[in-house]
Amino acid sequence: MTQHVSPPRDGTGKTAPVAQPPSWRGVLARADVRTLSLLGVLAALILIGGITKPDEFLDTRNLQLVLTQASVIGVVTVGMTFVITSGGIDLSVGAIVALASVWATTVATQEYGFAGILFTAVLVGVGCGLVNGLLIAYGAMVPFIATLAMLASARGLALQITDGRTQIVTISSVLDLGERDAYVLGVPPLVMVFAVVTIIGWLVLNRTTFGRRTVAVGGNAEAARLAGIDVRRQRLYLYLLSGLCCGIAAFLLIILSGSGQNTNGNLYELDAIAAAIIGGTLLTGGRGTITGSVLGVLIFTTITNIFALNNLQSDVQQIAKGAIIVAAVLVQRRTASTT
Amino acid sequence: MAPDSPLLSMSGITKSFPGVRALDGVDLDVQAGEVHCLLGQNGAGKSTLIKVLAGAHQPDTGTIHWRGEPVTLRSPIAAMRLGIATIYQELDLVEHLSVAENVHLGHEPTAVGFVVRGKAARASTAALLRRLGHPEIDPAHLVGELSAAQQQIVSMARALSHDVRLIVMDEPSAALDPDEVDNLFRIVGDLTAEGVAVVYISHRLEEIRRIGDRVTVLKDGRAVAGGLPAKSTPTREVVALMTGRNVEYVFPERAGSASTNGGKPLLEVQGLTRQGEFEPLDLSLHPGEIVGLAGLVGSGRSEILETIYGARKPTAGQVLVDGRALKPGSVRAAVRAGLGLAPEERKAQALLMLESVTRNVSVSSMSRFSRGGWIDRGAERGAARAATRELSLRPDNPSVPVRTLSGGNQQKAVLARWLLRGCRVLLLDEPTRGVDVGARAELYAVVRRLADEGLAVLLVSSEVPEVLGLADRVLVLREGRVVHTAPAHELDEHRVLDLVMEGSPAS
Repeated sequence: MTQHVSPPRDGTGKTAPVAQPPSWRGVLARADVRTLSLLGVLAALILIGGITKPDEFLDTRNLQLVLTQASVIGVVTVGMTFVITSGGIDLSVGAIVALASVWATTVATQEYGFAGILFTAVLVGVGCGLVNGLLIAYGAMVPFIATLAMLASARGLALQITDGRTQIVTISSVLDLGERDAYVLGVPPLVMVFAVVTIIGWLVLNRTTFGRRTVAVGGNAEAARLAGIDVRRQRLYLYLLSGLCCGIAAFLLIILSGSGQNTNGNLYELDAIAAAIIGGTLLTGGRGTITGSVLGVLIFTTITNIFALNNLQSDVQQIAKGAIIVAAVLVQRRTASTT
Repeated sequence: MAPDSPLLSMSGITKSFPGVRALDGVDLDVQAGEVHCLLGQNGAGKSTLIKVLAGAHQPDTGTIHWRGEPVTLRSPIAAMRLGIATIYQELDLVEHLSVAENVHLGHEPTAVGFVVRGKAARASTAALLRRLGHPEIDPAHLVGELSAAQQQIVSMARALSHDVRLIVMDEPSAALDPDEVDNLFRIVGDLTAEGVAVVYISHRLEEIRRIGDRVTVLKDGRAVAGGLPAKSTPTREVVALMTGRNVEYVFPERAGSASTNGGKPLLEVQGLTRQGEFEPLDLSLHPGEIVGLAGLVGSGRSEILETIYGARKPTAGQVLVDGRALKPGSVRAAVRAGLGLAPEERKAQALLMLESVTRNVSVSSMSRFSRGGWIDRGAERGAARAATRELSLRPDNPSVPVRTLSGGNQQKAVLARWLLRGCRVLLLDEPTRGVDVGARAELYAVVRRLADEGLAVLLVSSEVPEVLGLADRVLVLREGRVVHTAPAHELDEHRVLDLVMEGSPAS
């Protein structure tokens, strides 16, 4: 499994090293075929973008836009990666983002200013994660069903809160974070949050007992239980973590859109699952990679951007995404069987 | 077909899975019209062999002759076309379809490509059910609503709906009442009278006496006896073949005498019971002592170990370590108190197959290498290496994936996990299952040494010589009940086998 492959010379060095895990050199040294092939795909996309729309695609503003768009779904994907690694699934992430974003932008919440919005968004996310986790870990519900129920209820509640209206944010300290003036060395604050979440996620998954237990539960829950791991508590924590990531993502979305809507986060669950899977996280659990997930998110966001710049309709985008998912899984199966 | 060639002849069949050789040169020949019984403990290779015969597994080497002609069974369909039908232990029926639909599944009567749901299928199904002596089963009934015995009949009807010449039955009596077993045997008799061959798998010796013509005994993936006469071979000989040694194992000498006198017991089991699995059990285990539980499959031995370990919740009774009662049904409490289990199904119950040896070894002791949840990977690697070296685990590189190890070394990885944890009571469930003969002596030495260093060991094994060779004291189990307790040196293999089989009609 530990294949030492030197990086290809096809210009992967060009890929923006933004939001990569900290021990970049260490990662490269042990980088497996999968990570390298994802980097290759990303490099190819950047090449395509640069060729088709040389002026617009490689423009700093456009790159900032791509990374900003990747940030919201990226944070969700980090949480999702943990859940999938443990052998679970969280279908409710998009709905939780929606609920958190509208709850945090009601008139009543906005009275408490910046802190009120941030606090509410995170609290709602964690609260939904807690319900998911309790149902799954202690109510012995199948994750698919429990989070599907949460998806429906959270969307419903979000609609009830907003009555279908867009809730405009009036707190300037929140809105300012999305402005160009807030960029540090050209990096939008949203992207910095994404980078921090990614780094923490990578460290937790790879360097802590929490991450180890997550992998153990996903790899063989019965063996984990017989080895003395509290499997149920671990499951509870994992859905809490996913909820927390949704809360953070909701806050980022509020900054980005300057509003809260019940239609926010639509189909995030599918995007996050797809990004994790093409990144190399096993849907059956037992193996997860934050690096891969983040690359998956960047690939999807870049595709969307290139298609938009070339005035291609979203239906074509969807087809391309579907093809990429299939191709990624097929490639992974082949590499898995040969290693 | 030449008159003297058997219906089926398999020779030199081998099949390996990662880490284990499931079949190691097995020969099997079956004559038309006979009941050929396959005997063997769990893991002896019976299932793998019948899956090869059913076309579900491809053998690595070996040849199969069918009516004198060499054949390759590439798929279950290929086997079915030849006339080989298999009735698996877990019935493979579709619950939400009717009896007739299940019987004709995969070869539905069709008209212009559409499935005909009509009378023809029901009528032919009814005829098959009559032939099987169960005219009361309605072909239109949903299979999910039938009893287990009736479902088995449906499964058999499905087999007979093809032009079948050989039926493999995998423990068909396991789910049946005695009178249903009688009916099953009558059916088997009718089939063989028609010239159909039956390969019958069971570990109930009395059944094999009743209906079997010949017996092949499998052990550790080898046919240790082929084509013995089913009715006249002494029970003791058959059981000895199933459970006994086929090579002389070397059992390590005890370092000293058993240290049970005087000292307080480390582990006490008081009246531990699980309804329907085993009767109240009392047991005490001292440091340095190895106690063996001897019994056949179904005697409740694994259930007892798992209940002591907290993996199953007892209906009554308690487990004490150092005189303190453990929380019942809590693995974590047991592990914290110093218990460690090496379960029977290593891959399903103990190992994280995607992970390295290091991570498999360290998984129960992570708090020792971590501060605030942060793992010191250097310390982890070092400790895992020390633990695996102590057990001479091969290869001497704990960063390799655990699935690349042989069965014996995978078992060592599990032992190393508990060694590292500082476990004081080791529960071993069939520790040498799937372990190569050569590696067993090494494992025995490891267990002996651990006991000499002060661990208490509770050993479950269906291999009588293993229990007698390792244990200081032996409890003989039969059908969930301890029927005899004695120091190991007062017992011999034959005595234990008699006790294990005691009261069964065959002995």
